Amino acid sequence: MGETSALTESTYYILLSLWTPQHGYGIMQQTEQLSGERVRLAAGTLYGALNALCEKGWIAPLPVAHGSRRKEYELTDTGRTVLRQELSRLRQLVKHGESILGGDADA
Amino acid sequence: MREHKTIRKWFWVWDFDKEEIWLNEMAQSGWILDKVSFCTYTFVPCESGEYTVRLVCASPDKEYLDFMEETGAVYVGRMAQWLYFRKETVSGSFDLFSDLDSRIAHLRRIGTVLTAIGAANLLIGMANSLNSSVHLGWVNLLCATLLMYALGRIHEKTEQLKQERTLRE
Repeated sequence: MGETSALTESTYYILLSLWTPQHGYGIMQQTEQLSGERVRLAAGTLYGALNALCEKGWIAPLPVAHGSRRKEYELTDTGRTVLRQELSRLRQLVKHGESILGGDADA
Repeated sequence: MREHKTIRKWFWVWDFDKEEIWLNEMAQSGWILDKVSFCTYTFVPCESGEYTVRLVCASPDKEYLDFMEETGAVYVGRMAQWLYFRKETVSGSFDLFSDLDSRIAHLRRIGTVLTAIGAANLLIGMANSLNSSVHLGWVNLLCATLLMYALGRIHEKTEQLKQERTLRE
């Protein structure tokens, strides 16, 4: 899969939550809040995704403060680019949907 | 010693979801998992619906356990590669996986563990069968066969999820 392909919903919300640095539990809470509790990231899913995103170089762990167990993460420049690309892809999807269903898709 | 209840029960590896349902039924009926060892579950009294229990095939490294505890889950113990967690229902819903990708990855991990143990049994079994002074090779070969069957059941589950994954996340 190329880097221009669609992000999963979990990945999208994790990257969004990391626009400012955040720890794991913070990402879960922010995702729930942003999505009005529609999207919930389960702990195991988030743990695996954070490791995979670090490996990909889209996010990076911040140095852990002495005595703290909480690991914070931040977006890398690549991560920011990926997120911007995804946003423009999503805009296009919405535009196409609206052009066929009309603006009153909810009605 | 405080009141407790010990139950010996066997679950096949492909029935891990049934095991989880059973542990949550126990919690509903006022008994929460407190200790776990080979096929032995120890429960202590709790309020009905006070806890949710989850189990996962993962390596119990410190980083993973710290992460889980950060989310409010408490590590109860482990049986081989299976880790058991519980979380108070008042501190929010408790699930380990929230999308198909991570469920598929979890099944793959179970498959890897089964393959490793299965291959070891197969090798030991074959070596012992060829060595005429040891006649226990069939035990390992039987284990290897059973593990391969388990691998098949897990593979079946993985394929179902993968098919669903072509349509949704």
